[in-house]
Amino acid sequence: MNSKTRIIEVRENVFKQNDIVARALRERFREAGVFVVSLVSSPGAGKTALLEKTLTLLRQQFRVAALVGDLATENDALRLARSQAPVKQIITGTVCHLEAAMVERSLEAWKVEELDFLFIENVGNLVCPSSYDLGEDLRLVLLSVTEGEDKPLKYPTIFNSADVAVITKADLAEAVEFDALTANRNIQAVRPGMKVVTLSTKSGEGTQQFLDFLVSRRTLAREMSPSQPAGASAASD
Amino acid sequence: MHELSIAMSIVELAQEESDRRGGVQIKAVHLRLGLLSGVVKEALLSSYEIACEHTPLQGSQLQVEEVPVLVFCRKCGAQRPVHSTQAFCCSFCGTPTAEVVQGKEVLVVGLEVEE
Repeated sequence: MNSKTRIIEVRENVFKQNDIVARALRERFREAGVFVVSLVSSPGAGKTALLEKTLTLLRQQFRVAALVGDLATENDALRLARSQAPVKQIITGTVCHLEAAMVERSLEAWKVEELDFLFIENVGNLVCPSSYDLGEDLRLVLLSVTEGEDKPLKYPTIFNSADVAVITKADLAEAVEFDALTANRNIQAVRPGMKVVTLSTKSGEGTQQFLDFLVSRRTLAREMSPSQPAGASAASD
Repeated sequence: MHELSIAMSIVELAQEESDRRGGVQIKAVHLRLGLLSGVVKEALLSSYEIACEHTPLQGSQLQVEEVPVLVFCRKCGAQRPVHSTQAFCCSFCGTPTAEVVQGKEVLVVGLEVEE
């Protein structure tokens, strides 16, 4: 067969569906005045431990809640429920990352306008979550001291998609001879200017600074983009 | 491994485009794939075949053009390639920069159809 072919030019973003839902979520979060923080990392880097601590401490002053993604089990949700904050598990089955539509579905029964902070813990995976916008304000990528300083170089895409790097398990740094300078240099190589926070949920080192940082970013986001519609009272809540 | 769901989105997009044009037979789908998209070309190609099974696109090809990462270098005042994805700095003057202007895209840019 020698049939002729021609090329039709199109321009379609393959992530269009996810991006549309993520944009709608971001707008909804902004209107509701809730600051949304997502967490990505490899399995076992300490996302759930950090979140449990964060929910417990922030809850004293703010209205907080969390969504937590896993392939299977409700273990993380049960762990996070100890913080007494509202928590919902998203079981993804075989899907290795969260998508915006999963977040949207999980929020159906929740009133986001009654929240100050919403945390979204992604599936433990340093590859796939990088492609999916969840409508969050801030994406944290966690790196535990036990993983080695070169993780950013091995997974540049996810580090590049994140806003802040959080180095966890700092209490073990000495035992595993973690080289903080090299780790920071590698983070800056793949994402120049990236903010780096170092902490340990066990010893408490750096935890308060981390919480203060989240609160200041929320304040900043609200000043930049107030949830009140134009023409409404300028007084903040 | 999220390439299968991405391949299924590509097949769906191509099919919609074909339907819009009266059901033209698609021989190949042309894709621009950024090197910072988080999508692996080889995995996508094998997933594409699976995604096409039992659809009108069965037997069609996926032609992938890999797109390099470009950043905006403030010092040069221009779009520049990066040194590598392990070193986000301008490949001309070496200034570190995080302003990615190209390389995250996964775009269907063309459909090869029978005349």
